[in-house]
Amino acid sequence: MLFTSYSFLAFLLILFLLYYIVPKKCQWVLLLIAGYVFYAHAGWECFLFIGVTTITTYGVGLLIDRNHNQQKAYLAENKASLSKEEKKAYKEKQKNKRFALMVVCLVLNFGILAVLKYTNFAIANINGILEMAGSEKVLAFQDLILPLGISFYTFQSMGYLIDIHRGKYSAQKNLFKFALFVSFFPQLIQGPISRYDDLEKSLFAQHAFDWHTISFGLQRILWGFFKKLVIADRMLIGVNALIGDTQTYTGFYVFMGMLFYALQLYADFTGGIDITIGIAQTLGIPVQENFIRPYFSKGIKEYWRRWHISLGSWFTDYLFYPISVCKPMLKISKWSRKLLGEHIGKRVPVYAASIAVWFVTGIWHGAAWNFIVWGLGNCFFIMLSQECEPLYDKFHARFQVKDKTWFKAFQIIRTFLLMSSLRMLDCYRNVPMTFKMFGSMFTDWNVKEAITVGMWNLGLGAHDYIILLIGVLLLFMVSMLGRRGSVREMIARKPAWVSVAVFGTVFIATILFGAYGMGYDASQFIYNQF
Amino acid sequence: MTEMKKRRSKSIAGVAIVLVAVVVVLALLQRLVMPKYMGEVKEGALIGEYYDEDKDFDVVFIGDCEVYENFVPATLWENYGINSYIRGSAQQLIWQSYYLMEETLTYEKPDVIVFNVLSLQYNEPQKEAYNRMTIDGMRWSPSKIKCIQASMFESESFIEYVFPILRYHDRWSELEKEDFRYLFGAEKVGHNGYYMQVGVEPVVYIPEGKILGDYSFGENAWSYLDKMVALCEENDVELVLIKAPSLYPVWYPEWDEQVISYAEEHGLKYINFLEHTEEIGLDFSTDTYDAGLHLNLYGAVKLTDYFGAWLIEECDLGDRRGEEDLTQIWDDKLQKFYQQKEELEEKEQ
Amino acid sequence: MDRLLEILSDLHPEIDFEEYTTLIDDGVLDSFDIVTLISEINEEFDVVISAEYIIPENFNSAEALYALIERLEEE
Repeated sequence: MLFTSYSFLAFLLILFLLYYIVPKKCQWVLLLIAGYVFYAHAGWECFLFIGVTTITTYGVGLLIDRNHNQQKAYLAENKASLSKEEKKAYKEKQKNKRFALMVVCLVLNFGILAVLKYTNFAIANINGILEMAGSEKVLAFQDLILPLGISFYTFQSMGYLIDIHRGKYSAQKNLFKFALFVSFFPQLIQGPISRYDDLEKSLFAQHAFDWHTISFGLQRILWGFFKKLVIADRMLIGVNALIGDTQTYTGFYVFMGMLFYALQLYADFTGGIDITIGIAQTLGIPVQENFIRPYFSKGIKEYWRRWHISLGSWFTDYLFYPISVCKPMLKISKWSRKLLGEHIGKRVPVYAASIAVWFVTGIWHGAAWNFIVWGLGNCFFIMLSQECEPLYDKFHARFQVKDKTWFKAFQIIRTFLLMSSLRMLDCYRNVPMTFKMFGSMFTDWNVKEAITVGMWNLGLGAHDYIILLIGVLLLFMVSMLGRRGSVREMIARKPAWVSVAVFGTVFIATILFGAYGMGYDASQFIYNQF
Repeated sequence: MTEMKKRRSKSIAGVAIVLVAVVVVLALLQRLVMPKYMGEVKEGALIGEYYDEDKDFDVVFIGDCEVYENFVPATLWENYGINSYIRGSAQQLIWQSYYLMEETLTYEKPDVIVFNVLSLQYNEPQKEAYNRMTIDGMRWSPSKIKCIQASMFESESFIEYVFPILRYHDRWSELEKEDFRYLFGAEKVGHNGYYMQVGVEPVVYIPEGKILGDYSFGENAWSYLDKMVALCEENDVELVLIKAPSLYPVWYPEWDEQVISYAEEHGLKYINFLEHTEEIGLDFSTDTYDAGLHLNLYGAVKLTDYFGAWLIEECDLGDRRGEEDLTQIWDDKLQKFYQQKEELEEKEQ
Repeated sequence: MDRLLEILSDLHPEIDFEEYTTLIDDGVLDSFDIVTLISEINEEFDVVISAEYIIPENFNSAEALYALIERLEEE
């Protein structure tokens, strides 16, 4: 079920009505059922996978939690009788047990994800190597299913497991409640990847019908649909045309494609997240924000703190820190400081962990080299800007431009263009082709031809460009307003009819100008033989 | 306290007004973007015109373009005093014909229902655009709902029929003058469902029919013919099967045989007019406007006259020209009929 | 405590770490700083701050961080 399908809307409507009719203590059960209905829609065989993840994580989580409690009880009981060394040895033993339990569960679940997602990528690479080695043999590609949302629910569950291991909170005792945490349907398709301690407070709570929250949720859903249907899906026509023909669309077209894709992706992704968060809000469940106006970032590090936040913070907490501050890494750090000097030496752990994280981030987005290069490209620019910091400091000490509006605008545009250029790897899905197309931006000067002819042949007419222009301006304005607080709050402070008028207009605009449905083609009626 | 109450009721009134405005705007936009079928494909407007009638017909034709282009109710009235109506639409599929029949029978019980059998050849929905021309014109009724469900493609949703703006919203960028002009009402296109054409384009050659692998009609198509037979029996209406004398699309002898034996089996009358063209006096160098697909007015009048005589004789229909009210209605209709004939003929020259 | 403050001001000379109590919440310390900090602390205090201790409460102020170091030294 896509978010933008009538069946999903019908599903939502039914769920919503039931949610506020059933006894409040059953609300979470209803959500679990809804999640599974939503999931069943994607295919029954997927249940096996989400089931395995749910049960193993639940079980191992409980075991680790029990071990924590045992340790505490044992130490408290024998506080007097044990020597410091004995206590330490006992702790170490228990810790190893917990660690082993966690590793088994991590390997199993990430193993499932890796096999389903990366087997064919591995096979393709092995075949490439075999071919280079002159071998005649090739491995056959496997026909594997990729269960709905597996990347998201696996990450969410494993985050829970690691937190339990760290003793951040205690494990969920109720299997069905845990199953709901894994399968909470609004975020199953595209995140955010929520943390258990964030979601737990509200997910299993009882929710009374609160019109203020619900109306805000509905407004957010509507805005999400506007972004997706009016802007993203219309833009997509242009993006597909521009990317689809690399022979014709070089030079300025590449630039336009890059720009279109940046807007399309933003509108589509944040629109989807708006729908997700909006749905959760109508159910009384706050879900963490996943985007904070990322295109207003003044630097690449900042950008990654504001784009797909839940994924970035997952990687920081569960991959970046464990790698960069683990004991072996600290040893390497010491050693490298001696060997390479203070300045470079202290960067070693940070940069080693960064490279690992960005490699995984790349491959998480897709099993292909272009995503890996994209991830490492991000890493490269982050390190570069880190290394250039002393230069920036000198620059700012000399020229007082840091707080000037034009300089901020320059920084924002620079970051936007840099991120958009990197994203071309995602567009063309082919590393050499991406570099070739990127290069053509500086060699093929076809601006005039593009503006007068080419851009009008993408399947977008003047009316489409007008809608896109207005839509993007609106998006920009809402973002600007959003810097001063919740836009919905601002509207809500006005008389009630104003907000009805505003959202009524957005509703009408979405219905009328959305790029959905089969489209109307007058030529279908060409009179033939009937 | 009263001050607060006042403010509250004021606020509620404001919200209500805006909500109503939003609904009204949506309703207007929906009307605006729906195709009006007033310029190019006028036959799309035919189905909806039935509801303005008195619905007291002796004969109702049901079927595709081979009925609404080839039979002239005005002629049946003038020559025989038969009050008839055509519920035809472009590429009307057999289940659509069935549900139109079902709907018609909720309004009236004609003596005879005439069904053109060409659509037996289609077992599945063919083209969404044509489905729409038949379905959008229908008023809401159980028949319409069933008709939609039988005609929908997998990619369609029922809700797009309930709110056609969801289907046609894309037309906002290609609205034409006629969309505004006919926003609140269309002009009448048909004459009791007959779509008048006066052009002449002689038949030059008749394309040979493709050889088909299998000439038997589909199960689904047959089942609706069965349902028609049952429905007419139930309502004591005589069902007459016809095949209009259009030269192509090809009407294969193998198909004809199947209909003949079906009619025999069920005690139905069936005329294949293709076999009577000489008796009718059709001249395919002057009587067709599109080289043999459909008859023009002159051909249609000949065919209708022939069929009228047949109806009187075979179906025992009476002459209603003595009925005063009906005569008055027809006088009015005939006037419009001849007026349009003149206008169209002038345009042709 | 003084040694810790020294390490901190090496990272961000412009910040008054004795007063600041929202180092993480305000984004003064980013993930790079934290890792550098942890390896410096390891060097200086011979204490390993593993990933599980990297939560805002422990890094929001110099005081909290020092308390964490002392706690870990105990163990």
